[in-house]
Amino acid sequence: MAAGTEVVVRVPAPLRSLTGGQGELRTAPGTLRAVIAALDGSYPGLKARLCEEDGSLRAFVNVFVDNEDIRFLQGLDTDLGPGARVSILPAVAGG
Amino acid sequence: MAYVLGLRCRACGKRSALAPVHVCADCLGPLELEYDYEAIAREVRPEQFERGPVSMWRYRALLPLADDAPVVDLGTGFTPLLRADNLARALGLRHVYIKNDAVNPTYSFKDRVVAVATSAAVGFGYRVLACASTGNLAASVAAHAAKMDLQSYVFIPADLEPAKVVNTAVYGTRLVAVRGSYDQVNRLCSEVGDVFGWAFVNINLRPFYSEGSKTLAYETAEQLGWKAPDHVVVPIAGGSVLSKIAKGLREMRDFGWIPPGRTRVSGAQAAGCAPVSRAFHSGAERVSPVKANTIAKSLAIGNPADGDLALRTIRNSGGAAEMATDEEIVAGIQLLASTEGIFAETAGGVTVACARRLAAAGRIDPDETVVLYITGNGLKTPDAVAPVVAPAREIEPTLEAFEATMAGAVA
Repeated sequence: MAAGTEVVVRVPAPLRSLTGGQGELRTAPGTLRAVIAALDGSYPGLKARLCEEDGSLRAFVNVFVDNEDIRFLQGLDTDLGPGARVSILPAVAGG
Repeated sequence: MAYVLGLRCRACGKRSALAPVHVCADCLGPLELEYDYEAIAREVRPEQFERGPVSMWRYRALLPLADDAPVVDLGTGFTPLLRADNLARALGLRHVYIKNDAVNPTYSFKDRVVAVATSAAVGFGYRVLACASTGNLAASVAAHAAKMDLQSYVFIPADLEPAKVVNTAVYGTRLVAVRGSYDQVNRLCSEVGDVFGWAFVNINLRPFYSEGSKTLAYETAEQLGWKAPDHVVVPIAGGSVLSKIAKGLREMRDFGWIPPGRTRVSGAQAAGCAPVSRAFHSGAERVSPVKANTIAKSLAIGNPADGDLALRTIRNSGGAAEMATDEEIVAGIQLLASTEGIFAETAGGVTVACARRLAAAGRIDPDETVVLYITGNGLKTPDAVAPVVAPAREIEPTLEAFEATMAGAVA
């Protein structure tokens, strides 16, 4: 696919053991749920790290699409168009 | 590490070796320090702390640092626990204390967590200290880096209060103002941390960092004569301090250092950023993120990492969570200053205002011994109260001019 027609997914350091060290993955547009499933096909185990057995996102995983928390969007049903940027981040402390 | 066994995932329980890592490799859950509690209970007596330094380091045995590790000491902790009878009367309570953490070296409780994180960072061999901050952590990281001759990078939201920016920049840190909310700054820093490999005190050093807040509980108990308060009111931003105060109290009860019993833990948030309080009142089990909009910027974390834990801690203890409007926050700052002579930042206004609501609603019993945690200094956020405090009377330098103003005052 040509640049700009894919979804770009940033992978946090703790998950890079599953992606051969890659910090950025590319895949076809679709819902976030579909994108995670597609990436799990290429990098088995990724989905299990991000999601509970019932498919919901784990409590300590935050996912952002173009700078917005998916809990302010449509969660796992959020539609990711061409060029969308996804960040997966573990929760961090604050202050 | 005298009593530290290693790291353990709070979510799945998996153990791992001590390292500057905050996330479980299996489930991405938060890592916590694990101690040899049996050895502590056997070997440590509370009386020995009383002979230690007059700072948080008197509790070093309960912190995750090696016996021979160099610790960074700016004189943090062992802050005053003050009986607040005037405030108590105003709130309709009888036994109120203020834990005044506004008088730490950089004027907030953050010096406690940063002291532990910086010492751990030096132990792990880091040369660069960093953080995402709503202002208080910023100043503390910059100061501790200066003291330890480390480089530092501090990331803040660009709309931070001017005083907090100056209070950080003065230490010679590399200050980065990010056009976005604190939650966005935090997210950016997670990505920066992955690329640059620095010691982010609130990210990869978080397991060490957050343990520093336990010293608030130890000090309170020691200052009450090795007794726990019946009730504590703690401001909530990320939810860590409240949870760690509860943890410190639990540890001391388990060690037999304070009498058995229960301390009710109540949380205070600003109405413009109250994800934990809203979850408490709606009965939800999980905290949902909000978009923060409040004058209490040091508490403006819409997506609190330890929100669920804070919520559980409050409920399990029999406490409650409250929220205060911006007007109530300002009134809370004024009430504390005018009754007890303590000038708190907006977070302190939140704590006082929420204590007032809790007392009025009967959530705090008038006979309970209550400790309010004041975590930051009013000189950091003077703009919050500047519009409402009485202006000076300006007069000519003559006795007549002064007497004229007095005549008006008396009449």
